[in-house]
Amino acid sequence: MTEQPHLPPAPPVSPELPSEPGPGRLIATLGLAGFFSGLLLVTGFVLTRPIIEENKAEALKAAVYKVLEDCKSFEQLTWDGQNLGSGPTTKENAAPVYIGFGEGHRVLGFAITSEEPGFQDIIKAIYGYDPQLDQIIGMEILESKETPGLGDKIFKDVNFRSNFDALAVQPEIISVKHGQKSNPHEVEAITGATISSKAVTRLLQKGMAEWREPIQRFAQDMEQKGASEPNEQN
Amino acid sequence: MGKDQHTDWDVLIKGLWRENPVFVAVLGMCPTLAVTNTAINSLAMASATFFVLVFSSLFVSLLRKVIAKQVRITTYIVIIATFVSLVDMLLAALVPDIHKELGAFIALIVVNCLILGRQESFAAKNKVGAALMDAIGMGLGFTIALLMIGIVRELLGNGSLFDIPIFGTSFEPWIIMILPPGGFFTLGFLLLLFNAVALRRAKANAITS
Repeated sequence: MTEQPHLPPAPPVSPELPSEPGPGRLIATLGLAGFFSGLLLVTGFVLTRPIIEENKAEALKAAVYKVLEDCKSFEQLTWDGQNLGSGPTTKENAAPVYIGFGEGHRVLGFAITSEEPGFQDIIKAIYGYDPQLDQIIGMEILESKETPGLGDKIFKDVNFRSNFDALAVQPEIISVKHGQKSNPHEVEAITGATISSKAVTRLLQKGMAEWREPIQRFAQDMEQKGASEPNEQN
Repeated sequence: MGKDQHTDWDVLIKGLWRENPVFVAVLGMCPTLAVTNTAINSLAMASATFFVLVFSSLFVSLLRKVIAKQVRITTYIVIIATFVSLVDMLLAALVPDIHKELGAFIALIVVNCLILGRQESFAAKNKVGAALMDAIGMGLGFTIALLMIGIVRELLGNGSLFDIPIFGTSFEPWIIMILPPGGFFTLGFLLLLFNAVALRRAKANAITS
């Protein structure tokens, strides 16, 4: 038996671990990601905002012309908390009510915007109202995120839209099942999109409850002014 | 060079068929089932997803050596969400009608697991060229799948294609096809068809080899 040479003990072998990044590096990575993301988003927002606003204004303009047939021009009315009025509108005094004029500046009716929660999100619509007939004379959806193919029928289904061609406001606008409309104040709901179509009915009810009387007062005032100043337009 | 080109081409092709994100990987089921009730909605959703996938892959691949692995998922989500928000604004500005059609589903592209999956499994590990080819291939594969489902559903559920009437007024639309169950039926049928063809091809290859 040979004697083994005395060797010093080998140092413990440590596995080669990759160096972990410090907290500063992690924060810097996320901070930079957030910074560049913010930069891109703000740039995108600033560049697209004027176009989006213009699109919305165009959509509103087109919708007013659709809900008030033969409309040649329109203007937004003001609201002082008591009465509607005409004049320059600001963010504070602008009412969601537009007056539409036909040939010879003849008043055709009023367009009112209103909104109500639908199945997915808020539904925003504009509808025409004739105070003399006391009827809704047209409706257009301005914004909707309702389910494609189902809820979007509120603006795609011709039959549903025809509900609003001459819809009586009194005694109350109500929703009925498809095929059961028997009165001029009833709206036929859409099969498969009941929640969305009822939301449209509700937004009409809400809008009329709020604006029917002020509009009628404003229309009467206009009529009286027109009678007392018959030649003002000329 | 020639070999690299072949590899990149192969990366692109695999997303169309062999690793199709919908028919093979069964990813991105939310938009696949929710917005494919018409062909135009399918095309718009697929285009938006394509845009987000390509740009996210480009940036994740470019920054793959900078992003620490401990915060990689958070960083990928920030990158993806940025491009989803951008595509949302771009659609609202350029094609407001299509933006109105797709509604809330544009924002939901953020949680499409196809996109995050490609960043984690491919873009973060490969050079920019390959990552772009992968994103384009997967994006095209997703587009083809959504369009196939959208065409079937719109034809049977509405009798039209891209809003153009095909079957005439005598056709009674199968309403169920544009309702949620129609999405499941169509997807199931196409998965069956896709797998049957793939199986037949595999058998044919096995016999010839």
